[in-house]
Amino acid sequence: MKPTYKIMRGKATLLAFLALSSLSARELRVVTTTTDLKSITEAVGGAYVSVSSISTGKQDPHFIDARPSYMIMLRRADLFIRIGLEMERGWESLVLEGSRNRKIQLGNPGHLDASAGIERLEVPTGPVDRSLGDVHAMGNPHYWLDPYNGRIIARTIADRLGQLDPEHAAEFASNAAQFTRRIDEAMFGSGAVEEMWAGQSNGERAPAQGGWSAILAPYAGTQVVTYHRSWSYFLRRFGLITVGELEAKPGIAPSPGHLLRLIDMMQTKQVPLIIMASFKGNKAPRMVAGKTGARIVKVPYSTNGNDVAVDYIAMLDQIVRQVAAGLKQ
Amino acid sequence: MRMMTVITAIALTATPLLPQTAQTRYVNLSFSGLFSAGGATVSGADLLALQSGAHDPRVTGFTVQNLELSLTGAIDPFLNGEVHLIFQIDAEGESLLEVEEAFLTTRSMPLGLQVRAGTFFTGFGRLNPQHPHSWSYVDQPLVNNRFMGGDGLRGPGGRISWLTPLPWYSELTGGLQNANGETAVSFLGSPEEELFLDRPLVEREAAGLADLLKTVTWLNAFVPSANLAVNVGLSGLFGPNRTGPDGATTILGADLFAKWQPPATDQGWPFVTLQFEGMWRQYDASANAEAGLPAATLEDAGWYGQVQWGFKRGWIAGLRHGQVYASGGPADGSADRSRWSANLSYYPSEFSKVRLQTNLDDGAFLDRDNIFGIWLQFEFLMGQHAGHKF
Repeated sequence: MKPTYKIMRGKATLLAFLALSSLSARELRVVTTTTDLKSITEAVGGAYVSVSSISTGKQDPHFIDARPSYMIMLRRADLFIRIGLEMERGWESLVLEGSRNRKIQLGNPGHLDASAGIERLEVPTGPVDRSLGDVHAMGNPHYWLDPYNGRIIARTIADRLGQLDPEHAAEFASNAAQFTRRIDEAMFGSGAVEEMWAGQSNGERAPAQGGWSAILAPYAGTQVVTYHRSWSYFLRRFGLITVGELEAKPGIAPSPGHLLRLIDMMQTKQVPLIIMASFKGNKAPRMVAGKTGARIVKVPYSTNGNDVAVDYIAMLDQIVRQVAAGLKQ
Repeated sequence: MRMMTVITAIALTATPLLPQTAQTRYVNLSFSGLFSAGGATVSGADLLALQSGAHDPRVTGFTVQNLELSLTGAIDPFLNGEVHLIFQIDAEGESLLEVEEAFLTTRSMPLGLQVRAGTFFTGFGRLNPQHPHSWSYVDQPLVNNRFMGGDGLRGPGGRISWLTPLPWYSELTGGLQNANGETAVSFLGSPEEELFLDRPLVEREAAGLADLLKTVTWLNAFVPSANLAVNVGLSGLFGPNRTGPDGATTILGADLFAKWQPPATDQGWPFVTLQFEGMWRQYDASANAEAGLPAATLEDAGWYGQVQWGFKRGWIAGLRHGQVYASGGPADGSADRSRWSANLSYYPSEFSKVRLQTNLDDGAFLDRDNIFGIWLQFEFLMGQHAGHKF
């Protein structure tokens, strides 16, 4: 029996070697649920990954049909990355099950929830039911709109890519660090980043010399209204304060009665801006803007939401600049 | 400057994490209630014949169309489970409980294979496997009522499907189910009438594999452009019928579903969908010496086509037309029929809907002129978020 065991062990080792070498010889196939996760994965994975996204960036990622073509995208994927926090709950399990791909099912290394490590906002503490609208029991899922969270997502993805492809783990970590630095430069301007990276200033005292931070700093404390509660992470990061939404309750279409109360409140507080995702309807915000004089900033909240938002950083850059332009007028 | 420093500090200070609490999801529960109210220019037995689907609104006044309790969840690392129990109050006011579906599906078979076993809707065409709360109309198309039965074709059995390695979604499925029971009317089912397509029915039990219901389907999905997705399916059903020992039924079908959406959508709106199903049935009737009937082959066919236009967030307008063609016999249920339906649906949220539908039926099968019907439907859904199936 012993020789047989040895042969079997030898075969198993050979098979494991072949499996690993075939994996390392080719790109990791990654499918993300959103274009933002795709953009960050491409930045981190570099030449060692091929990435596709299920949503296009122009849709609300919650409301996607479980098309069979998505199951084909996932059929041979090595890694599936989702936003999580129930963002994809309407279709994720259907496409995962339909893909017949064991590697990417929940609980396997090929299944990554990018929200791991994120400080979640608006996590309900009391009873939650649907009379409150589409409240996400695990917290607000629009966390990618905070550039700081973009850094965390990059590290989370780098760690998982390194686990799946250990040979290139160091490059993934290095790419994530470079991506983090690009975000920092966009956020604070290259001068401030140089200072921080040189160790001349710790984070808490770093001067906001430029970048998004400086662009929006003059407006910190300004009260704004949003269409849906998608902007909490973005607004908190830049010190803007939301005082209401066009939707009376999350996910429920704006009602005339609620809009009248909102108009009254906006006039009283002199709210200057309505921020909305570009796929939302214009009718309600235009009506409110017409009555209050507030300006509407309609921006894509995902990469590839328009021709300018070509990657994650370009998408955030567009939002920052348009919000600033809206507040400047 | 002070505010700048504060913003910077937020950005660069490690943020405390809330504990990621585990969520137990052993069973996901949901309950759907589907009700309607309305009437037609016929009533009583004629209305029952007009609206022949078991979940159709069938009486003047109020109908409890479908109360469905669904339980889904992972059984273990290898299997998923799904159970759908139906509570109904029928046209006579009697409460009914039905096990509509209860089955397991494999989670981790290799080579793109998946097995389902238990009792379930036969995967023939697009509409038969769908539950009433997923329908775009308050009632079933005429062709489904006639060929698949008022409750939809379903029964105990097993099936295996294979997601082929072709570059597009191409799934082949083969299934075996019992051919008896009241939900298999074209086969060994037990319709209330003693005649089916004018042929007397006899008692017949399954004696071997040949007497089971065999299903073969081939579903293909294409994405011709970023805005358009199309499913095309072919289905075949083969099984025994109750006209005698040699009685056999074949049903062949083709279905098409296409959905167009612009690049930017708000909660899935706007959209246009087109759905078509056609079916053809060959009913090989045994000779019946007692009734003096020779063996015969009866054929009939039917189809429906529908367009749904989601024109504004929450709103859908629909138009459907369907026809069934007789096999040549004058008996009820085999006559030529046609129906136009138009409806308007409003979804206040993903979890409720209100629908107003009008039907215009050719009344010749009841020796009448056109029959007009109007139905108001209401649905609510509690519990687990329903999947956005395509």
